[in-house]
Amino acid sequence: MPKQSGPKDGRFKMLLALTGMLTVLVFFISINAGYLKIPLMDVISTLLGNGTAENELTIFDFRLPRIVLAILVGMGIAVSGAILQGISQNPLADPGILGINSGAGFTVVLYMFFFQGTAFFSGWSSVFIMPLTALLGSFLAAFLIYVLSWKKGHVTPARLLLVGIGINAAFGAGLVIFQMKMEPNNFMKALIWLSGTIWGTNWTFVWALLPWLVVLIPFAIYKSKVLDVLRLGDSIATGVGVRIERERRLLLMISVALAGVCVSVGGGITFLGLIAPHMARRLVGARHARVLPLTAMLGALLLLSADTLGRVIMAPVELPVGIIVSILGAPYFIYLLVKNI
Amino acid sequence: MNAKIKIDKALLNTYKNRVTSLVIMIAGLACLLVSIVASINLGAADLSYRDVYNALFQFDEGNPAHTIIRQLRFPRAIAAVCVGAALAVSGAIMQGMTRNPLADPSIMGVTAGSSFFIAIALVVMPGITYLGLMMFSFAGAGLGAALVFGITSFSRGGITPVKLALAGSAIASLLSSLSTAVGIKFNISKDISYWFAGGVSSVQPQHVLFTLPFIVAGLLVALVLSRSISILSLGEEVAKGLGQNTGIVKLIGMIAVLLLTGAAVSIAGMIGFVGLVIPHIIRFLVGNDYRLIIPCSAILGGVLLLVADIVGRMVNAPFETPVGAITAIIGVPFFLYLARKEGRGL
Repeated sequence: MPKQSGPKDGRFKMLLALTGMLTVLVFFISINAGYLKIPLMDVISTLLGNGTAENELTIFDFRLPRIVLAILVGMGIAVSGAILQGISQNPLADPGILGINSGAGFTVVLYMFFFQGTAFFSGWSSVFIMPLTALLGSFLAAFLIYVLSWKKGHVTPARLLLVGIGINAAFGAGLVIFQMKMEPNNFMKALIWLSGTIWGTNWTFVWALLPWLVVLIPFAIYKSKVLDVLRLGDSIATGVGVRIERERRLLLMISVALAGVCVSVGGGITFLGLIAPHMARRLVGARHARVLPLTAMLGALLLLSADTLGRVIMAPVELPVGIIVSILGAPYFIYLLVKNI
Repeated sequence: MNAKIKIDKALLNTYKNRVTSLVIMIAGLACLLVSIVASINLGAADLSYRDVYNALFQFDEGNPAHTIIRQLRFPRAIAAVCVGAALAVSGAIMQGMTRNPLADPSIMGVTAGSSFFIAIALVVMPGITYLGLMMFSFAGAGLGAALVFGITSFSRGGITPVKLALAGSAIASLLSSLSTAVGIKFNISKDISYWFAGGVSSVQPQHVLFTLPFIVAGLLVALVLSRSISILSLGEEVAKGLGQNTGIVKLIGMIAVLLLTGAAVSIAGMIGFVGLVIPHIIRFLVGNDYRLIIPCSAILGGVLLLVADIVGRMVNAPFETPVGAITAIIGVPFFLYLARKEGRGL
């Protein structure tokens, strides 16, 4: 492919910069908002290392890790959705709707149930066990979806979606069985976690999540040409020489891994993986080399904004970020469905 | 007269189908009777069959066994039967009217709408009567159905199974998010989760008394409408060609669906897949005539939910497994089968 810069390249860079700037803006609002209001000048001086001990504690130990996690989770889920939409050739795919979240949720609730919250919020070993548990669940869900939508040697996009919805219901039922047997206290924790919330306000979670994203997102961008070809449909992709099923499986694994690790820290966040890629495609066209980076940026911006909103809107009660995303995202989903893009 | 015969031919209402449906109804009723007795008999307190018989026909207020049967076991069994029948018939009507194999009250967002409105009712009016709760449930059922059905029918290219399932799961996810938000804000999550899990474990006699008329009314409307639904299931154009006012049939059908599903959710919460599975099995056995499908669905739906409730009690005693989870475990493989068969078109 000789052509590297296109007519929309300048626009793409400008949009990346713009979302970046907006994220920084929300970052400052988010660091300031909360039970303790910290004036902007104090925030800046604390970030530069000359703050009071109290401000340093609030910012560095509580707010900053949460903000960083919201950004990372937002990126991961958004890119996961973009890949899923690419391989299913369906603009309405999303890891939450397809049941990958509930697969992860199911194993995490099993974990919470059998260890009854002993090492759940404390203890740093759980920090690394949680993502692995969630990852296991999301891969289980993806495996089931893939195998069950396999028919006569290939997987059709519509079947993939329908089977995903079925798997979602199955894991949902499994969840209910265990949830109802939990103690009220753990039950609330599980419920809030399942609704999607950035619950690890701890740097350890950042270190647990970061390596996954640093490897998987660039790899997805590296694969963007394959995604471009897959979007054209199976027959064209085969004609061009792409080994469809193999590439589809690999990309599905990347997408599921991203969703899985993000769900382990951010809980069941639905619709973000749907909205962000859409907005990106609208802004910069269909080429994944542009769509994926912008999707990541938009995902970060959206989730950080939603998390900030969730903390402020009903303070002192905190609303899980997943609920905010759902309430904002569902109408957009409906709009897309009606327009039938 | 001639036209009527033609329609019947088109519906494949053969002699064989009528016999099959008669067998299903009789066998189903027998199963229902046996399951009701089993349901009343099984549980933590040990009861004899004589107790069951006496409690129903020679009630003795001083006998604690009789009180358990009259206050707990009997209402529970009847509730399970009513809910199962209501959901199955509701699913049958939807599938017939929309010609969509995946139509079902839970997939079409009806049950999610009901649960959301019940959550709101619990917050806005903490001391709400059961009848009031049911009215909210009806309103919510209407909202959920209007959202999902309205959206898919307005979309370009019309209603397809995939679109319906997607819109349904999106609306359900939106409405349950809103319910969770309400629950967290007002600290009633555990109360709300009862409706989300779906079950008949804490049904009281007056719940049954209040819901029964609505469910019976819904079933009667469905039966009266069954011939029109059969004609509608041949396709909108055919139905119009035969002189049917499809608008009115759809409106009345929708009212029946809302009555049945709203009442079912108000008594037992969100129970999915009954309305999906039963009509398919019945249609496979007795053909496409809804005059046979609807009564058979009602009976088998009642049996299914009653048996699911008994299984939920037995499988992990003394804990109860929510009956909604059991029906989902039965229903999901079925859904997947249909998805593999019908998964085309968006």
